[in-house]
Amino acid sequence: MKKRKLGIYIHIPFCVRKCLYCDFPSAPADRQEQGYYMRQLMKEIRSFEPLGNLYEIKSVFFGGGTPSILPPEQIRRVLGRLCNQFLFEDDAEITIECNPGTLTREKLAAYRECGINRLSIGLQSADNAMLKLLGRIHTWEDFLESWKLAREAGFTNINIDLMSGLPGQTFGGWSDTLEKVAALEPEHISAYSLIVEEGTPFYERYGTAEGQRLLPDEVADRDMYHHTGKFLAEQGYHRYEISNYAKDGYECEHNKIYWTCGDYLGFGLSAASYVDGRRFQNPVDPKEYYAHIGEGYRMFRQMPAQSEKDAIEEYMFLGLRMMRGVSVAEFEARFGRDYRSLYGKQTDELIRRKLLQVQDGRICLTERGIDISNTVLANFIFD
Amino acid sequence: MADFDRSRIRNFCIIAHIDHGKSTLADRIIEMTGLLTEREMQDQVLDNMDLERERGITIKSQCVRTIYKADDGKEYMFNLIDTPGHVDFNYEVSRSLAACDGAVLVVDATQGVEAQTLANVYLALDHDLEVVPVINKIDLPSADPERVKKEIEDVIGLDAENAPLISAKNGTNVRSVLEAVVRDIPAPGGDPDAPLQALIFDSVYDSYRGVIIFCRLKQGRVHKGMKIHMMATGADFETVEVGYFGAGQFIPCEELSAGMVGYITASIKNVQETRVGDTVTETERPCSAPLPGYKKAQPMVYCGMYPADSARYPDLRDALEKLQLNDAALQFEPETSAALGFGFRCGFLGLLHLDVIQERIDREYDIDVITTAPSVVYKVHLTDGSVIELTNPSNMPDPSTIEFMEEPVVNAEIMVTTEFIGAIMDLCQDRRGVYQGMEYLEDTRALLRYQLPLNEIIYDFFDALKSRSRGYASFDYELAGYQRSSLVKLDILVNKEPVDALSFIVFEETAYDRGRKMCEKLKEEIPRQLFDIPIQAAIGGRVIARETVKALRKDVLAKCYGGDITRKKKLLEKQKEGKKRMRQVGNVEIPQKAFMNVLKLDTE
Repeated sequence: MKKRKLGIYIHIPFCVRKCLYCDFPSAPADRQEQGYYMRQLMKEIRSFEPLGNLYEIKSVFFGGGTPSILPPEQIRRVLGRLCNQFLFEDDAEITIECNPGTLTREKLAAYRECGINRLSIGLQSADNAMLKLLGRIHTWEDFLESWKLAREAGFTNINIDLMSGLPGQTFGGWSDTLEKVAALEPEHISAYSLIVEEGTPFYERYGTAEGQRLLPDEVADRDMYHHTGKFLAEQGYHRYEISNYAKDGYECEHNKIYWTCGDYLGFGLSAASYVDGRRFQNPVDPKEYYAHIGEGYRMFRQMPAQSEKDAIEEYMFLGLRMMRGVSVAEFEARFGRDYRSLYGKQTDELIRRKLLQVQDGRICLTERGIDISNTVLANFIFD
Repeated sequence: MADFDRSRIRNFCIIAHIDHGKSTLADRIIEMTGLLTEREMQDQVLDNMDLERERGITIKSQCVRTIYKADDGKEYMFNLIDTPGHVDFNYEVSRSLAACDGAVLVVDATQGVEAQTLANVYLALDHDLEVVPVINKIDLPSADPERVKKEIEDVIGLDAENAPLISAKNGTNVRSVLEAVVRDIPAPGGDPDAPLQALIFDSVYDSYRGVIIFCRLKQGRVHKGMKIHMMATGADFETVEVGYFGAGQFIPCEELSAGMVGYITASIKNVQETRVGDTVTETERPCSAPLPGYKKAQPMVYCGMYPADSARYPDLRDALEKLQLNDAALQFEPETSAALGFGFRCGFLGLLHLDVIQERIDREYDIDVITTAPSVVYKVHLTDGSVIELTNPSNMPDPSTIEFMEEPVVNAEIMVTTEFIGAIMDLCQDRRGVYQGMEYLEDTRALLRYQLPLNEIIYDFFDALKSRSRGYASFDYELAGYQRSSLVKLDILVNKEPVDALSFIVFEETAYDRGRKMCEKLKEEIPRQLFDIPIQAAIGGRVIARETVKALRKDVLAKCYGGDITRKKKLLEKQKEGKKRMRQVGNVEIPQKAFMNVLKLDTE
């Protein structure tokens, strides 16, 4: 029997120090706490053993937090556990997020050894003043050092995370960061507009009406965004999702699973899963998470599958985040429904307003459509 | 029951300023006369609309009949008719009063005489009712019954020396009220053997029995199977049932006779065929003349009402028809708006009346309605000598054809504690008020008299009054005719298109200010869209104020990974929900609530 593809997300909720804009469940922790968490995580993975008969792994993503804070041995054990339970595709993509300042030659070698073939490095900015403002633990120079080590260790698929729309950031400052980073020729760049999330120190400072004036305004933010796409295209990167750019052949397979409504399993604190038409998420509160370790699979089995309506809506608003958009033929094959009878009216109207376009049987956002994509995507929510 | 000795019938109502305890006293009377046991008693039996209970106000008149065994050992039949207290509902009071021979006046022992106390007493005296004062809330620590007695004597001119001092809440001394009713309120007159002559003072619609007529028999008798004739509408029916009012229920009986209050059903399906104020007589043996009708309720405020969901237009019509049945003051006729589609132009007695109708439509009929700016009735004198009555700003004739315009003015009485006199006078000046005088009722309270244009008080005057007096001012008004005034029609243009539902008529000198505020407010209310939206206020073709709703440049979520999907979806659902509550005007989406919110302009 042909096995279905599965992505695995492993959440590592530890970091050296929490960044001021970060709203992920993550905090500094001592070795003992880290060890306890990882043991529980292994139990959780084990409880999903039955899925090994149905699925093979297409990608693994260690996210956080700062997964590279852990001794590489811990990462190796997790991958070992997954290997025992699942078949891996030959060219499975295995990514770990890391921060400059936490990488060493030894660590990188150990990653290579246990099968990790992709790094995602959180740089955010090439401007040390910006890095300080964000509460990052590293400088641009620290990053360059990590970058050199990573290439020397043999990593040929590296992503660099960047942030635009930062407080006080100018167009010039942003394009400077872009230029410096592109000069290193990473295979992949994620460039996000800052989101000021509730519950973060940034929210206290920039969430108020007054605070918002310290951020680049909408026009400046969009100028930066448009420049990003144009500049990176010149450098050989294509935008394949609203905030993601890659050289040919280096799109992130793992993240594409999310946007194409593929199956994925999330392990660890707050991790989300979508398997067999069921969406579920681990508790965000560690106590609650620990209390239910080992029950994940049973709970997943008891959960009803999502409605067709939910599945269709998600397929559309996630699919349209990708520049290639949604194929009408694939849509109809997947749901056994006529696209036009469900969405014909909205689609025509959005095309008329130049927010959507059709290319080779695929429906996708226009440049303008990207800028106000929430407004566009809301049209795909049913009444 | 038909032979009940008429000398032992008492038809009376209770009148009071809002919140002085009228409904609570009614409850106690019903309880004490044994109609309901305490256990069966739901607080405020007579306020049987949910809305009335929640707001603690009486909107519709209600009736109940009870038997009271008095100190003289005899049984008396009490027909108690509850009346609304708010100034907007004076017409309801007027209808109820016509069915009564006396009124119990409830005055709060802590607040004393208020503006509506006066208004209601004058109405009662107009109807030749005997007024029996009662001082309520004597259980409150701040009660000062002696002061209030004096006030009743000085301000109203009623003898209050022996007024019962009661606490309706605790039941203290309520019996003395009942004795005062027996002693002071006259028994009804009328000849039971004369031809039937009964006044319709209210009616309700029941889906099984049709229209239920509430009436007071002035002469004659009515019984089941009798052929009856409506003198004003000319309709004839055969009575199916006659009866009287229990607490919240109808109790059939053999016959009603002169002096009694009760109801008649006659399979009346068409609500148009019975009119409140009409006289019912016997077809075979009609009375010589109809009873004088009530003081007819004249709508003072008009606005458009549109179903938020245009498919519910017929439902809205149905709801308005049903409401009108026992709310003679509500008027409506179909109109269309370019912005809002099909709806009705409705006439109301005041803003509270409008508010109450809107809420009843929402609750009792589950229809979401959008209301447009309230307007008063303007008299437009045209150059050709004709005069039109304008209730909808959209119908304003071309200014070149207008000779002059008149607007309604009211005489307002504002009762206020002395510390707020300055603030209230400022407010009245702002609203083009003409000072008419002031009387000190006592050291700390005064009655201010102003003549005010009605269009200055229909939007938010009451709220402004309350906020500037920390809730202490009370207010009453009556129409005082029309005055010539320089008025202009202010149009609001959204994206260069005039939005008819937002047009209104305004005093020329305040037009600029008003237009500017409207534009500012609309700018807050209209969400940013794909393009810049100019919002303009204009008189004729001349733009006097402008704001711009800047185009939406950015509405994008930078990140959406596995864990963000559920949250992201909620966000999109919310966005979609918001869109549903929008009205498309040209290319622009305007939130439904904006049409009402733009009217709330008072800034202190």
